[in-house]
Amino acid sequence: MINVKNLQKNFGGVEVLKGITTEIDKGDVICVIGPSGSGKSTFLRCLNMLERPSGGQIIFEGDDLTDKKIDLDLHRQKMGMVFQQFNLFPHMTVMKNLTVAPMMLKKVPEDKAKAKALELLGKVGLADRADAYPNQLSGGQKQRVAIVRALCMEPDVMLFDEPTSALDPEMVGEVLDVMKKLAADGMTMVVVTHEMGFAREVSNRILFLDDGVILEEGTPEEIFGHPKNERLKSFLAKVL
Amino acid sequence: MNLSTLFLASGGPFSAWFTKLHETFIVNDRYKLLIEGFRNTILITLGALAIGVVIGTIVAVIKYLAEDAPSLRWAAAICNLYITVIRGVPMVVQLLIFYYIIFSHAKNGIPVAIVAFGVNSGAYMAELIRSGINAVDAGQMEAGRSLGMSRLQTMRVVVLPQAIRYILPAIFNELIALLKETSIAGYVAEVDLTRAGNLIRNNTYDAINTLLLVALIYLLIVILLEQILKHMERRLGKGDKR
Repeated sequence: MINVKNLQKNFGGVEVLKGITTEIDKGDVICVIGPSGSGKSTFLRCLNMLERPSGGQIIFEGDDLTDKKIDLDLHRQKMGMVFQQFNLFPHMTVMKNLTVAPMMLKKVPEDKAKAKALELLGKVGLADRADAYPNQLSGGQKQRVAIVRALCMEPDVMLFDEPTSALDPEMVGEVLDVMKKLAADGMTMVVVTHEMGFAREVSNRILFLDDGVILEEGTPEEIFGHPKNERLKSFLAKVL
Repeated sequence: MNLSTLFLASGGPFSAWFTKLHETFIVNDRYKLLIEGFRNTILITLGALAIGVVIGTIVAVIKYLAEDAPSLRWAAAICNLYITVIRGVPMVVQLLIFYYIIFSHAKNGIPVAIVAFGVNSGAYMAELIRSGINAVDAGQMEAGRSLGMSRLQTMRVVVLPQAIRYILPAIFNELIALLKETSIAGYVAEVDLTRAGNLIRNNTYDAINTLLLVALIYLLIVILLEQILKHMERRLGKGDKR
């Protein structure tokens, strides 16, 4: 589904990504782990071109997103993203947050968009908060709404950028539960996370990034059970 | 028996003042001049506000988009030139340039004044709106883009509505300044509120009452604007409720 070929990214001369090559298949749940500053978030943000790569290619469903002539907006409709800071639209109700993009971009009629939003809100246990404003929600509720907002566009893949890092500890579980359900439903997911338990339990493949390169990748069993790379071993020793 | 004769008949310390007011404003229907002036002042202010907001928004968005769209650099350069020129030339001079050079064939000064004040206000609005756009968290633009909205779509439905909330008080500041600045519209032969007062003063030699009344009317308009601002801030503050 997504082919990443020799992906590079510089920020003002600093090499953050030094050539990453990997493949994300339909139905994959991939967790990206690694120390802070390793380039995890930059890698994820390059996948939907929120960061423009300095080199390499992102092939999404056959189209090269780094091609200047491509209609990025159209492709982004198929790539949902969830941010660490939620980034809900504070001036809109929850319902409006969920329906604005489908109605504007996919011309979904209002009643259908609302029905879909309510259905998904129900699945994350927030059907009664449709008329609330984001500031009236807890962090965990905000992030669940943010996940639903991305899902309302019916994406082919969901990108999660440290979705639980800004949450109070007691709210991490409710968000991870939603993500687990999503994975169980067969959604293709790429998750940058520090939640090793989630990575081990839910993902089918883990990428360990350090210093802008993939140092090791494999199944949770391989990564957590038999880490080969020394850096990965010391990283796991610190976080587990 | 009209109101002023009623007061006259009642005598007392105010009767002389009421006589004076009657002579100044009622005789020869001179108050009608004030009403016309008031109408024109409001017309010019609101017209200029509309033009200013439109120009200001367009200029601000162009300057914002140009930050990472090299193809818009030339447009941003024009916008900067516009802002510099407008801010660098006195409003009276700009008004005269519009009236005697750009629209030298215009028969009616009001549309000319509306355009002149609007173009002027647009430059200040542009910087205001840009500061509002910059005050909105960058994550908002990213969230919009990640859903597949274009930069312009995200700007319109996500960023600008939030920016306006930040800058609403400043916009009303600009509106109040604009209202008072229109008092120079008389330079292009238009009867605005100030000029109406001047005309009556010239006819009646009653400087105190004409100037005080004109000042009072401006003040009342500004107080009304302040109330409107308070109301709008409450309404726009909905998302802030906790």
